[in-house]
Amino acid sequence: MSRYFTKDHEWIDVEGDIGTVGITDYAQSQLGDITFVELPAAGQAVKKGDSASVVDSVKAASDVYAPVSGSVTEANGALEEEPELVNSDAEVGGWLFRVKLDDSGELSGLMDRAAYDAYVAEL
Amino acid sequence: MNAHNPSGWRPAMGEGSDAECDLVTHSGDRALMVEEPLIFELGGGDKCGVDFDGPEEPPLASLEPFLRKEAPVLPGLTEPETVRHYTRLSRQNYAIDLGPFPLGSCTMKHNPRLNEKVARLPGFADVHPLQPQDTVRGALEVIEQLADWLVRLTGMNAVAMSPKAGAHGELCGLLCIRAALEARGDAREVVLVPESAHGTNPATAAFAGYGVESIPATPDGRVDLAALEARLGPDVAGVMITNPNTCGLFERDMKAIADAVHSAGGFVYCDGANFNAIVGKVRPGDLGVDAMHINLHKTFSTPHGGGGPGSGPVVLSEALTPYAPLPFVARGPDGAVRLVEEEDGAAELPGSFGRMTAFHGQMGMFTRALAYILSHGVDGLCRVAEDAVLNANYVLRSLEDLLDAPYGASGPCMHEALFSDAGLAEGFSTLDIAKGLIDEGFHPMTVYFPLVVHGAMLVEPTETESKAGLDRFIGSLRDIAERARSGDESLKAAPVFAPRRRLDETRAARKPVLVWKEQEG
Amino acid sequence: MRYLPLTDADRAEMLAVIGEDSIDALFRDVPEEARLSGPIAGLPSHAGEMAVERHMTALAAKNLSAGSVPFFLGAGAYRHHIPASVDHLIQRGEFLTAYTPYQPEIAQGTLQVLFEFQTQVARLFGTDIANASMYDGSTACWEAIAMACRVTKRDRAVLSGGLHPHYVATARMMARFAGNTLDTRSPSLEAAPDNAEIIAALDGETACVVVQYPDVLGRIPDLPAIAEAAHEAGALLVAVVTEPVALGLLEAPGNLGADIVVGEGQSLGVGLNFGGPYLGLFGCREKFVRQMPGRLCGETVDADGKRGFVLTLSTREQHIRREKATSNICTNSGLCALAFSIHMTLLGGEGLARLARLNHSRAQRVVRRLSDIPGVSVLNQAYFNEVTVVLPGDAREAVRELASREVLAGVSLGRLYPGEPDLSRGLLVTATETVTDEDIEALAAGLAEVLEGVPA
Repeated sequence: MSRYFTKDHEWIDVEGDIGTVGITDYAQSQLGDITFVELPAAGQAVKKGDSASVVDSVKAASDVYAPVSGSVTEANGALEEEPELVNSDAEVGGWLFRVKLDDSGELSGLMDRAAYDAYVAEL
Repeated sequence: MNAHNPSGWRPAMGEGSDAECDLVTHSGDRALMVEEPLIFELGGGDKCGVDFDGPEEPPLASLEPFLRKEAPVLPGLTEPETVRHYTRLSRQNYAIDLGPFPLGSCTMKHNPRLNEKVARLPGFADVHPLQPQDTVRGALEVIEQLADWLVRLTGMNAVAMSPKAGAHGELCGLLCIRAALEARGDAREVVLVPESAHGTNPATAAFAGYGVESIPATPDGRVDLAALEARLGPDVAGVMITNPNTCGLFERDMKAIADAVHSAGGFVYCDGANFNAIVGKVRPGDLGVDAMHINLHKTFSTPHGGGGPGSGPVVLSEALTPYAPLPFVARGPDGAVRLVEEEDGAAELPGSFGRMTAFHGQMGMFTRALAYILSHGVDGLCRVAEDAVLNANYVLRSLEDLLDAPYGASGPCMHEALFSDAGLAEGFSTLDIAKGLIDEGFHPMTVYFPLVVHGAMLVEPTETESKAGLDRFIGSLRDIAERARSGDESLKAAPVFAPRRRLDETRAARKPVLVWKEQEG
Repeated sequence: MRYLPLTDADRAEMLAVIGEDSIDALFRDVPEEARLSGPIAGLPSHAGEMAVERHMTALAAKNLSAGSVPFFLGAGAYRHHIPASVDHLIQRGEFLTAYTPYQPEIAQGTLQVLFEFQTQVARLFGTDIANASMYDGSTACWEAIAMACRVTKRDRAVLSGGLHPHYVATARMMARFAGNTLDTRSPSLEAAPDNAEIIAALDGETACVVVQYPDVLGRIPDLPAIAEAAHEAGALLVAVVTEPVALGLLEAPGNLGADIVVGEGQSLGVGLNFGGPYLGLFGCREKFVRQMPGRLCGETVDADGKRGFVLTLSTREQHIRREKATSNICTNSGLCALAFSIHMTLLGGEGLARLARLNHSRAQRVVRRLSDIPGVSVLNQAYFNEVTVVLPGDAREAVRELASREVLAGVSLGRLYPGEPDLSRGLLVTATETVTDEDIEALAAGLAEVLEGVPA
């Protein structure tokens, strides 16, 4: 399994042709207390770079962009009751949705952990 | 510190020892500081505070299939209980009647009571919107007289009176623009909005069916004319510009902006929320504006009422007048004022984009605004703008040594002074300043707006604050600024003297509780 | 000037602090050519309180106020008796001169009122939740259609012919720009509302059906049947209530299957005001909460654990989500919501039911009396406090004739539906608790005279 990062602070774990998407720990710390997560429906097609989900805090609503194109296979239902999982466990239990990749070639433009950490350090 | 209260009078609280202040009363209340349960919790809510004439019990057979199974479960109280409940609640509120309310962009000025009195005259308050026109000539006359003032004060061609509030007025203006473009077969897709705009601007543009793109600002806080010109093109329907803008600055290039937009075939919408700064001094019509809403609840002092009602008439240029909404009030050749609804509108204003609301607008606000305008007259309105601008500049210059004023160096401000949280001690923010003001007995300024300035604080004193009142406000704000700069941790706890401490907004938003339910009680 | 506290001495001192020598210098960013050199010509100067009051009183005197004559108008605005304490309480400065409660620590008065108001509206409507108010019934109705389209991800709405024509016109205008399709129809002078017709108009693309209850002709639609058909088609039922007092007697729409209930709250506490300000009411199912328009007040706790209230879910709103907001609404109708809430508290559930029965009883008397007039018939089988009276000729003429006799008889359908001759004989007549037996006699006698051609 490999993990990739975007400049918009999403992460994606890829296993076979299924990717699991979430926002990074850095992103959740910037957003503050998450109050609600608007999740995509299973079967929904998403395009790389388009908004696939929205994460609300008290004073902001932030789009989460799909790191890759594909179709959504599953959303993290636990967030409906416990949106705070995105704060407490952003990069594991606070995942947002899973997507079946259209083209694994899209991953080549993303960062690895070291590159992302260096990117965040510059912000 | 004690210089802030030179009269020496102070409330008789906190004079004793801390132990006395921590006294727990049986009721939980503290003299005039009283708590009030919800009406659902008061107890005895099975009464009625209204006596009816006659015990009429009509036969209900014809309504049988539609009848309620049981009366709605709503608590009822007698008049003394009701008066007490709401009076006690009212004391949990800050209000302009209690002190300065310097919310930037909101223009919280004194609300004259004459206006309340005239709005309640039965000839205005007890008149039905669909009465025959011959029975409402005076009401139509009020609308026409106010409309005439608004047109003359703005140097525009006409005014649409029906919009219900500022955002509704924005929608009216954009729909006029869209109708005008459609009439010439010109489908444009984009409206340009500066980054510093009120949130209603992009929301309105989207509701009018447009895509929204933002225009960058120059380092001195104004619209970047060159960037705007570069973006203009055949797809741009128009721009929405606030002038004076939300940084409290006059858009010096307004005329050049308007000329550029017009020559690219677009229209200029002006957000008139800040008209108070220039009323009687500058006419937007002279600056090339095509449409501008006027918040009667700001510039013309109709009360905000804890969140409305507002009223947002929209003045229009000659180019947009043919597309104004129905109904409207017009003076005929015989001098009589009449209401033009759909029936005659089809012939008299065939381009109208349609109806925005039932009936003819916020009459109750029109009477108040007209009384306000007549009281001030054209000379008094100029004085309003001048004193509003003077008060804001006085606040700006009295605080800029302690609070960062991002555009302070670029000259005078208009009717509001903008500060930021730069220079506060680590961990201290705009929010702490705002909550500190609450403890000092003032309503905070607008915070975190405009979005273009980090930790923004926008102070709009308005013209109805006295110099002595401003000095007290400035004294308190200076003291708080010093505490925030030096890292006084006690400020993080503010407010401590308000009816409530800081409220948990995260909890409210995660599991919304929007109605009272029995089991909680 | 009585509203401006600065003295010339203050101004001079303040200019010295600012470091400018004149107020005009503060306006130097305004380009020279845009600055007016003096007062705008042709406009009067300031006036004293007495002079302004005299001017406004003279204008008010040119209007025939509803309380001064027999009065039977309705059609979306109703004259009810407002207890004196309502107007007293809303004039308390702490309510009247407060702003939208952005600083909750010092706005608990307004916020608690809004929480109580939301609960009262939800209970009245039979919905799970309600918002903190909107501009008026017509704009709330459009917001409900827009919300139904968001919820169902469809963009067609079916509007009953019984929906107030101004509400239809408002929705039609908005739909044209928002890209929604509205299936609209005019009412016909039939005793039964158009239940079957709107059910037949449902299809797989329909986001919602919009039904007024009671409808504009005073008829009562079959909400359960419409709700069932709508839900079967995957659509929502939007019920519109323009006369909330009716819900003291009629079952709440939310209890009959309506998914969104909107209304005009003017009847309680607000007064006629020649059409505004009024009060939009908006309730719906809890599961739609994040799609709702308008301000919402919610319960929470403060740093000491004490219960308190805040404006919440503001990420739906324009100041956060900007072009993606659920509505562009900012100001609502706070003070009118307060008036509504106070009036509702004075009535209570039982009082509202009594008030409703009293209204219905007055209307029954009007129906009996007018039905006796030769050539006059009443359309409705079932009604609350408003009926459609069918005259032998043009109702607009009759209304004008009666107005010249100082009887405000009702709203002619010709005024509401110009260009629809089939409706021109219809007259909407409303009788609330404010109507006396003498008023009804004056109406009946006047109408009989007018129809016989007796000159005033």
